[in-house]
Amino acid sequence: MSVSQAIAIDKPPPQARGWPRARFVGYGLVGLWVLFGIGIVAYLVHAWNAEFFARYAPAYLQGLGTTLSLVTISMVTGAILSLPVAYGRMSKNKFLSGLAYCYVYFFRGTPLLVQTYLVYYGVGSFRPELQSVGLWWFFREAFYCGVFAFSLNTAAYQAEILRGAIESVPRGQWEGAASLGLHKLQTLRKVIMPQAIIVALRPYGNELILMIKASAIVAIITVYDLMGNAKLAYAKSFDIQAYIWVAMVYLVLVEILRHGVEWIERRITIHLKR
Amino acid sequence: MPAQSIWTLLSWGPDGWSDDIASGVLVTIALALATLPIGLVIGFFVAFAKQSQEPSLRLAANIYTTVFRGLPELVTLFLFFFGMPLLLQYVVRLFEPEATVDVNSFIAGMIVLSLIFSSYASEVFLSAFRAIPKGQYEGGYAIGLSKWQTMRLVILPQLLRIAFPGLENCWLSLLKDTSLVSVVNLAETLRNAGVAARVTKHSFLFYSVAALVFLVLAVLSSIATGYILRSLGRREAR
Amino acid sequence: MRIALRIALAASAALLTLGVAQAQEKTLRIGTEGAYPPFNNLTSDGQLVGFDIDIAKALCDEMKVKCTFVAQDWDGIIPALQAGKFDAIVASMSITPERQEKVDFTHKYYNTPSAIAVPKDSPLKGVTKADLAGKNIGVATTTTHFNYASKTYTDSTIKGYPSSPEEQADLANGRLDAIEDDIVVLQQWLDSPDGACCKILGQPSPQPVEIFGPGAGIAVRKGETDLVNKLNEAIDAIRKNGKYKEINDKYFKFDVYGAES
Repeated sequence: MSVSQAIAIDKPPPQARGWPRARFVGYGLVGLWVLFGIGIVAYLVHAWNAEFFARYAPAYLQGLGTTLSLVTISMVTGAILSLPVAYGRMSKNKFLSGLAYCYVYFFRGTPLLVQTYLVYYGVGSFRPELQSVGLWWFFREAFYCGVFAFSLNTAAYQAEILRGAIESVPRGQWEGAASLGLHKLQTLRKVIMPQAIIVALRPYGNELILMIKASAIVAIITVYDLMGNAKLAYAKSFDIQAYIWVAMVYLVLVEILRHGVEWIERRITIHLKR
Repeated sequence: MPAQSIWTLLSWGPDGWSDDIASGVLVTIALALATLPIGLVIGFFVAFAKQSQEPSLRLAANIYTTVFRGLPELVTLFLFFFGMPLLLQYVVRLFEPEATVDVNSFIAGMIVLSLIFSSYASEVFLSAFRAIPKGQYEGGYAIGLSKWQTMRLVILPQLLRIAFPGLENCWLSLLKDTSLVSVVNLAETLRNAGVAARVTKHSFLFYSVAALVFLVLAVLSSIATGYILRSLGRREAR
Repeated sequence: MRIALRIALAASAALLTLGVAQAQEKTLRIGTEGAYPPFNNLTSDGQLVGFDIDIAKALCDEMKVKCTFVAQDWDGIIPALQAGKFDAIVASMSITPERQEKVDFTHKYYNTPSAIAVPKDSPLKGVTKADLAGKNIGVATTTTHFNYASKTYTDSTIKGYPSSPEEQADLANGRLDAIEDDIVVLQQWLDSPDGACCKILGQPSPQPVEIFGPGAGIAVRKGETDLVNKLNEAIDAIRKNGKYKEINDKYFKFDVYGAES
């Protein structure tokens, strides 16, 4: 580049290109969203059907309860299961780490829909074997099968979150704790975990939201959750508002959780704010 | 129906289902590949809008990701697939009362998956944007590059490298999400496996095959992304 | 901006196929499910076969129109009809008041009763509400049997299944005490090796027409009275000229048409 050219540009282009274009587009897009929102509300008002509401609202509520309990139980069981998996992933033992890797890969590489289906209907065809080991009572219940599949699935994801969080803590922390005479478990509990949790919180929150959304497929194994009940309502009424209502419930639920996670994050990182 | 051996069921040809499942796999791959560029472009622009100085642009982009990340994929798909034709028909009939509107399932699936993919990808792009120091922009401007040149020549190459692992995750979820499109009658892997399972009553067999197919697709993408990542890394080293 | 507009136009053109003036076309597009043997199912070489399909073909011959078939998942079958992806549904769809709000139906083209199947060693004696109290009953959710079971067997646990094969599998492995389904569907399953575990216990009675409807009809978009009339005439014609019986006997041991209406 010649010197004269460089001099001709006496200042860098302004960071923001003034208001017309960006603001024009921005207002246009927000306007579209507002229009869209008004459209939905207008439709719901127009299609308001007290009978529909009275008929299906209790089912939706009951479905919401099913969704929440399924997700809560699976998240907790998955968290417990994820500990050995994460340990395996970080282990120096080739066999252990290979095994854990395969586990994570399988559950992250295949759709949850397929996993759930395989657990419920696949296990169903091995009834005599299961009865002989006394596990049939568990796999007989669709809800337990759902919890089982969801727990295994989320354990794979949670193990990766946990591993990522623990590995994000600098090695010096381990060495420092060791030089103070703390043994490994103490170090993990008192030094590493408090730091790792801050890193892991957001991914955990995301995983929770993903689970809530993923639970929408559980109707294929006869567990009628929120989405399942919406599908039933739609199959009976062929009325699109069955899905619009359920969409709103999911949106509100997810937003509450997201803000909850953000609130917790603000609380536990208060000492990092300068 | 005579009892057929598993190998007959899995054979290639009129008696077996392998050819049907293979055609489903092709649809799965085509759908995911068709979604990818659209989703990436939308995701990039949404991320761009999110870090704009114009509040209205940020608001619009935030609503976008809130909606499409908050809704279960299945709900978005149903709303779009069942609701959109009704809406379009309503609009079109204002002008042409006899018309019927047909939304092609492949394109409907592609649009919905792009919406979902882009809302996740935009988050990845956004954090990548934030990881690039301001000095890079300033350096670009300082040597006389315009805003778009800076973006294209300075920021984008770094951005892609930072965003790549996150995008890889998005791609893997996209592959799996294609299975949901079976509900809108697109004959992809899972639907064809499901039809085979129902007709032959060998559901365990065919759903295992479907799981295997998705696993193989995931392994293949890992190999491909590993290759891309290495070449990106090499460029950085030079 | 102009390029963007052009892209948008091209995209919308690809998205929408505006089907205007379909009346002149001679082809009738028929939607069916393809996963409900023996009425309609896909074979491994991608063909649609079954009673519904043969009946539809016979009706098309009778009306002298060319017919094409589209397989469509059940959940989306009525929306797809409304959206104009096909012109008629021949998929063993029961004529119910709820569906009649969205589509128009022909007369029934068959009517088979609902029945309850149980494992062969089942202690159950009958199919009344009291007999089945406290038991797990499996039903496919998209059927009229589901509506009946949820209204009638209020003391039992009703489990909703996506389709018949799943509920049959669960009866065979003992997760369920009983299943309710179309008698023809059940019988076909019981005759196969997979159905060796079970037997038909009986038919719930009475089977009210408000729930089950007068039988399975052909659904068309609301207001297409011409098509309904033509299809009705064709159904009557194949009943009279023996074509119906020929198809019936190919699949079933008894007349599935039910009582003359």
